[in-house]
Amino acid sequence: MRLEVDYTRCTGLGVCEAIAPDVFTIADDGTMRIVESCPADRLRSMLEEAVSGCPTEAISIVE
Amino acid sequence: MSKHRLVVVGGSLAGLRAAETARKLGFAGQVTMISAEPGLPYDRPPLSKAYLTAGGVDVTFRDRDALRGLEIDLRAGVRATSLDVAARTVFTDHGAFPYDGLVIATGVSARRPPIPGDLEGVHTLRTEADARAIRTAFDAGARVLVVGAGFIGSEVASSARARGLEVTIVEHLGTPLVRSVGSDIGAALSSLHTGHGTGLRLGTKVVSLEGKGKVERARLSDGTVLDVDLVVLGVGASPNTRWLTSSGLKLDDGVVCDEYLRVAPGIYAAGDVARWPNGLFGGAPMRLEHWTNATEQATAAVRHWLRPETVQPHEPVPYFWSDWYDSRIQFAGSPAGDQVRMVSGSPEEGRFAALYRRGDRVIGALTLNRPSLIMKLRMLVARRTNWADAVRFATGR
Repeated sequence: MRLEVDYTRCTGLGVCEAIAPDVFTIADDGTMRIVESCPADRLRSMLEEAVSGCPTEAISIVE
Repeated sequence: MSKHRLVVVGGSLAGLRAAETARKLGFAGQVTMISAEPGLPYDRPPLSKAYLTAGGVDVTFRDRDALRGLEIDLRAGVRATSLDVAARTVFTDHGAFPYDGLVIATGVSARRPPIPGDLEGVHTLRTEADARAIRTAFDAGARVLVVGAGFIGSEVASSARARGLEVTIVEHLGTPLVRSVGSDIGAALSSLHTGHGTGLRLGTKVVSLEGKGKVERARLSDGTVLDVDLVVLGVGASPNTRWLTSSGLKLDDGVVCDEYLRVAPGIYAAGDVARWPNGLFGGAPMRLEHWTNATEQATAAVRHWLRPETVQPHEPVPYFWSDWYDSRIQFAGSPAGDQVRMVSGSPEEGRFAALYRRGDRVIGALTLNRPSLIMKLRMLVARRTNWADAVRFATGR
């Protein structure tokens, strides 16, 4: 499972960090950094929540 | 009881998420979305921001192919007119829709206060059509009057300034945003307007609008008269529940649900229209008009319908954001507390964090230009953190 971020859509709103703080982190300049781009499969449902929770649909899970 | 047909009344974010969640959970029955607005489901937050300041912004969530691929039957331009709970049927202006499961996601409509003068150039902002009209007026160089210093009004004013337009906000309260962020923070945020050349008249009402056919002047309660070409009304919204008046369902500024977002057997509500008890704040009923609330509730409601054995009380930490000028306001939790305390930064610095206390707990947090901090503060609220500990964590961070 691999995460991809469309940085033309991401504005650093942080919903992803709220759902999965070990995977996503927002910096004070408002940019989002993926801490773990190939997360363990047991995190799948939490990451799917982050995907659908992102207000700009910037995150996708790529197999 | 059989689960072959899911009907979702509402074609915006909550409605779309409800339909998509059903498919994601493997529901193989019929999924029908009834949407009063014509066209495809679209996103509202950009309508007061990029839609007004940039050209060619596409706010559509999904195109027809995507909906067809999920076998979601979207009936756009179809308005629900009543609900027969015993017969499990939604009646609309285009026929009847029987259901096994129903999600009510009809949202809210912008309020139009009774300002005398029935003139063109006066708009609320809720739909894409509204935004298009406002943008057209911006393109023509309108002098703008915004009625209401809430989030919509403030974002419209911010967008007007980004386009180099003259804009005045008129707000009837002495401090804006009292209900959303409290008067201390509301006053602190006001300076963002004045610092960017937006006129701000607090404690002032629009008495009347004048003009020949289209608006030309606004007469204010302080006696001044403004020359204006565009008036945008941002004075709140009311839940779309008139179609449910004779349904027997409990309505009280929204559709009343239990802690599982259930209104009645097989009937759920989600999004701006839903009032439900949030156990995180002692179970007092709340109704939120936040983007994240629509998604979270719609997802939870459909999961509760399809997998009732997995129900959990819906107790999220509310979250919203608002972008004004070059600043971002973010809020998590509830502002309805006993005290607000600024714990980091200051309005003068242009960045700060504030915590809200109820009893001995932190119940809310607001940041201005602290995107790296807000979700850590949200976590404090989620964990029902003791006030002293929360203040200790956040102070100077």
